[in-house]
Amino acid sequence: MSAYLEITGLNAVLRGTRTRVLRDVSLSVSKGQVHGLVGESGAGKSMIGKAILGVLPRAIEVASGRISLGGQDLGVLPLRERLRVIGSQTAVIPQDPLTALNPSRRIGPQMTDRLTRTLGWQKTRANHRALDLLEEVAIRDPERVLHSYPHELSGGMRQRVLIAAAFAAEPKLIVADEPTTALDVTVQKQILKMIADMQTRHGTTMLFVTHDLGVVARVCQSVSILHSGMVMEEADIRTMLTAPAHPYTAALLAATPRYTDPEASLVPVSDTVLAGVAEAIRASDTLWGRA
Amino acid sequence: MLKRLLLRLISIAITLLGVSIVVFVAVRLVPGNPVAMMLGPGATAEDAAALEALLGLDKSILVQYWIWLTNVVQGDFGTSISLRQDVLTLVLGRLPATLELAFLALVFAALLGGMLAVTGTIRRGGWTENGIDLWNGLTLSTPDFLWGLFLILVFGVWLQIAGISGRISPQLDLPFTTQFYLIESVLRLRFDLTANLIGHMWMPALALALPLSAMIGQLLKQSLKETMHLDYVTLARAKGFTENQVIWREAMRNALAPTLTLTAVQFTHLIGGTVIVERLFSYGGLGNLAIDAVINRDLPLIQGIVLVFAVIFVLINLAVDLLYAVLNPRLRHG
Ligand SMILES: Nc1ncnc2c1ncn2[C@@H]1O[C@H](COP(=O)(O)OP(=O)(O)OP(=O)(O)O)[C@@H](O)[C@H]1O
Ligand SMILES: [Mg+2]
Repeated sequence: MSAYLEITGLNAVLRGTRTRVLRDVSLSVSKGQVHGLVGESGAGKSMIGKAILGVLPRAIEVASGRISLGGQDLGVLPLRERLRVIGSQTAVIPQDPLTALNPSRRIGPQMTDRLTRTLGWQKTRANHRALDLLEEVAIRDPERVLHSYPHELSGGMRQRVLIAAAFAAEPKLIVADEPTTALDVTVQKQILKMIADMQTRHGTTMLFVTHDLGVVARVCQSVSILHSGMVMEEADIRTMLTAPAHPYTAALLAATPRYTDPEASLVPVSDTVLAGVAEAIRASDTLWGRA
Repeated sequence: MLKRLLLRLISIAITLLGVSIVVFVAVRLVPGNPVAMMLGPGATAEDAAALEALLGLDKSILVQYWIWLTNVVQGDFGTSISLRQDVLTLVLGRLPATLELAFLALVFAALLGGMLAVTGTIRRGGWTENGIDLWNGLTLSTPDFLWGLFLILVFGVWLQIAGISGRISPQLDLPFTTQFYLIESVLRLRFDLTANLIGHMWMPALALALPLSAMIGQLLKQSLKETMHLDYVTLARAKGFTENQVIWREAMRNALAPTLTLTAVQFTHLIGGTVIVERLFSYGGLGNLAIDAVINRDLPLIQGIVLVFAVIFVLINLAVDLLYAVLNPRLRHG
């Protein structure tokens, strides 16, 4: 199995400073696999996804490191070429379906503009594709939805639209950034299953951002545990669940509710573990400071 | 929808009525007596009284207003005291020149302001944006008539590359049947005349446009910058679109609303600005006529001009409301 997404030694800093947001991040995801990015809020999960797609906020820039898709180093490509690769080979399933659709544009063009603009498809072909995918995500009246504005659809509907749009161009890699957290609990499971099913059907490589280890266990084959923009542990899912190598991973597991025993008391991450994490970060920063 | 339209029409009628009262009273409060102006020195008190009676100025202000209003409602704006012509004919004859100038200025302001906003958004946080902020600060704090003087000085006096007076070269043979010279010249495919008109109009139009372009530039840039880090814009970037494409396709429409309101309000100011700027460039529009009317204390003409300006302002605001509904689908359905 070859790696499709490969990140090595990625450092991202606050623009113009040496303050790191991502600390020497390395990870690789094999073709067709789902890789989880786990960590508490502010750990840098979204930043990794944004760095891959080249959509980091202005205040943050990549200082060093290599990101490659299918063996192609994105950093060496000229801007136009990089945009073309990103536009044709990747897609995003965003966290908040309420803000991820343009309120003043109809759903149809928002689903198909990547196909027609970046990939040069004919409009009719792109529309057919959009209809097919809307059916695949179980939307009942796809024609009507294509002509709707976002505010005419419910949150769950919009997230399905976004999922359909993400798969429209048959991307090689999808970054799903907490795709269910903004949804109603009742539809969360349904949407999660839909994403997992579609990923399997289309064989898409996926980076799955979440802070929920339970979700990771269900949809991911491998996982990176993050803290303060640093990878604490990268492991396949079985190893992570049964024999975590890093105490922080073990602590996170202990802090996650289980289906088997939902009543079991949850253990917060202990100070000793956090001190260990802080020590690792300090060590890394010292090295970085000397470089 | 129908109810909204009806309410709107009623509010427009009330606005215009209010304007008519204010202007009617105001022109009678400013010092200067139209009768004395017309008769000149050496006229007797009897002459003055006779003329006053002829013009209806001897009646009480309430009666005067009532007579004037009932006439206006029937389309009779009275006769100009100084020019001895029908006010409505005079005003409508000059209005097209001013409208064309104002719209050219609006186009200049929108193009210039839009360009500054988009460039500043693409280059945000850098020296280019600082430069744009500085330029906008300069154009904003300098009033239109000063820009007019400045342009006259630079292009008319120093460089001597541009005519600085009038609407069109006087020796030309004009085929026009309306007063909308610019539009008609284009429709008749007489681009030589279009060029001549623009050659005369660009300086006053630019003078009027510069302050507004700065306002459009700053506000639109601000809105665009706020829009640029919304989720759907980030999503569009990840579709492989360039910054420029993202601005035009995703951000512009949603960022436009506040700028549109501001532009509407400021466009009415700009039309007000035509009064002095037209004078400066001897441009034969309504503004120039207004100054003459004020100098001559030509009450019916002043009233007519102000009322026409008021109608224009009301129509502009109506147009903006309609544009709003087009831009924002939620308003259209609500
Ligand atoms: N626009 C920004 N400018 C500066 N720093 C930022 C910006 N956005 C995020 N950061 C910083 O980058 C770090 C990583 O943020 P990131 O959004 O990747 O966290 P996350 O792991 O996705 O958290 P969450 O679960 O809350 O989404 C945070 O510490 C945050 O303070
Ligand atoms: Mg995040």
